[in-house]
Amino acid sequence: MSAIPSDLQYTAEHEWVRLDGDVATVGITQYAADALGDVVYVDLPKVGAALAAGSIVGEVESTKSVGELYAPLDGEVVEANQAVVDAPETINSDPYGDGWLVKVRVASTPALLSADEYRALIGE
Amino acid sequence: MSETSQSESPHSEPAPRYSPLHDVHVALGAAFTDFAGWQMPVRYSSDLAEHHAVRTAAGIFDISHMAEIAVDGPDAAAFLDAALAGQLSAMAVGKAKYSLILNEQGGIVDDLIVYRMADTSFLVVANASNRFAVVDALRARVAGAGAFAVELDDRTEQIALIAVQGPASEAVLAATAGLAIEGLADLKYYAWGSGSFGGDDLMVARTGYTGEDGFELYAPVEHAAALWSALTAAGEPLGLVPCGLAARDTLRLEAGMPLYGHELGTSIQPVQAGLGRVVVTDKSAFVGRDAILAGPPAGAPVLVGLAAEGRRAARAEYPVYRGEQLVGEVTSGALSPTLGHPIAMAFVDPAAAELGTVLDLDVRGTRIPATVVPLPFYKKEA
Repeated sequence: MSAIPSDLQYTAEHEWVRLDGDVATVGITQYAADALGDVVYVDLPKVGAALAAGSIVGEVESTKSVGELYAPLDGEVVEANQAVVDAPETINSDPYGDGWLVKVRVASTPALLSADEYRALIGE
Repeated sequence: MSETSQSESPHSEPAPRYSPLHDVHVALGAAFTDFAGWQMPVRYSSDLAEHHAVRTAAGIFDISHMAEIAVDGPDAAAFLDAALAGQLSAMAVGKAKYSLILNEQGGIVDDLIVYRMADTSFLVVANASNRFAVVDALRARVAGAGAFAVELDDRTEQIALIAVQGPASEAVLAATAGLAIEGLADLKYYAWGSGSFGGDDLMVARTGYTGEDGFELYAPVEHAAALWSALTAAGEPLGLVPCGLAARDTLRLEAGMPLYGHELGTSIQPVQAGLGRVVVTDKSAFVGRDAILAGPPAGAPVLVGLAAEGRRAARAEYPVYRGEQLVGEVTSGALSPTLGHPIAMAFVDPAAAELGTVLDLDVRGTRIPATVVPLPFYKKEA
């Protein structure tokens, strides 16, 4: 059973989104982090990059496998979390907090899943 | 986020098999993976923590999915000499030997550990994914030659296999309540001894798949859970943790040990995988002999170790280049938890296999330089 905070929105590709005005903070869910195992490498889009919802914008690798990071919405990257690049294990220990990945200035209102919808999706 | 896991299993069967320790793993909160149709623990807590525990203290693994095939009868030794690549008749009772079963083309059907239980009694341990291929091949070879007085018995479902691996493993076994092992401290690497647990016999072998000192305990399935509990209770104060298949895979990769389906396969000859020493050609006829003597075709790829810098690891099936020329393919790869840099094994053109050669790994479109290095990547201190 993994944590699915009710104040966040989600994608079917296991990203979470926290909307604050027109800036969205994006990370991967605990479910995704647990499935990957220990994260050892993170590749994030650069500040200024234009994201198109659904496109592959980065990678999260564990000892065991590789996960692709999909843009959950359209927008421009305004901040990438260097701390998580330097210490990728933060994604496992605090996926919804210090393990955030990028902040994006949102270009259009995204269509995302609620916590309940995401919980149903992963069968928990 | 979408995950593409490194494939462990050549196929998934519709009805999964469960280890006799399945309930123990569930209670421990393990995450499971399909391995050759078995639901086995992939990790309990953290792949890295489990890996490091085996390198520094001890880990306990359930590998009950592995196949145990008893070979008994007056001709057991002669039969195995004819059926396998090694000379098992030359092995003393009480010893174990790493061996291979080959096809007529000299390709590897599976790699095996063979234990000599008595003059006329052997135990052959095969990979879970090859259980039926090995049993079928052995049966065919008994029938084919016709003259061998030998009986085969697939005991996979009756035997639980628990591995305790790591520098503290001897101390763990010595401290385990109810476990008695004859001559434990004197038991040599690749030897086995008799033991008992709770009054019932078990077999304890000093073998493993991690590159560390360690033991493999073959016990009746009825006692598996009690044995696991006793080992864990004795081991926890010594740093022992339960370990899943993810840690097992990175441990064996660091130790340069091959995995069937990755470094080994039916179209790969032993010499290509660096296992030429396992084949004894100056013995009586054996399956694959003619092809082995002829050798693989000129220019057949050979297995190398590759070490890279940074943190991005190549994975199985990633292409290997020398300049712009495609020279091979990765068979296994990971960021080495012990060494801290990416390592990989790959089959490459022999012209690109010399130690020190710098090749490029194509990691999803990014070329990452990697140097051909000796195997194993990691060797425990003597």
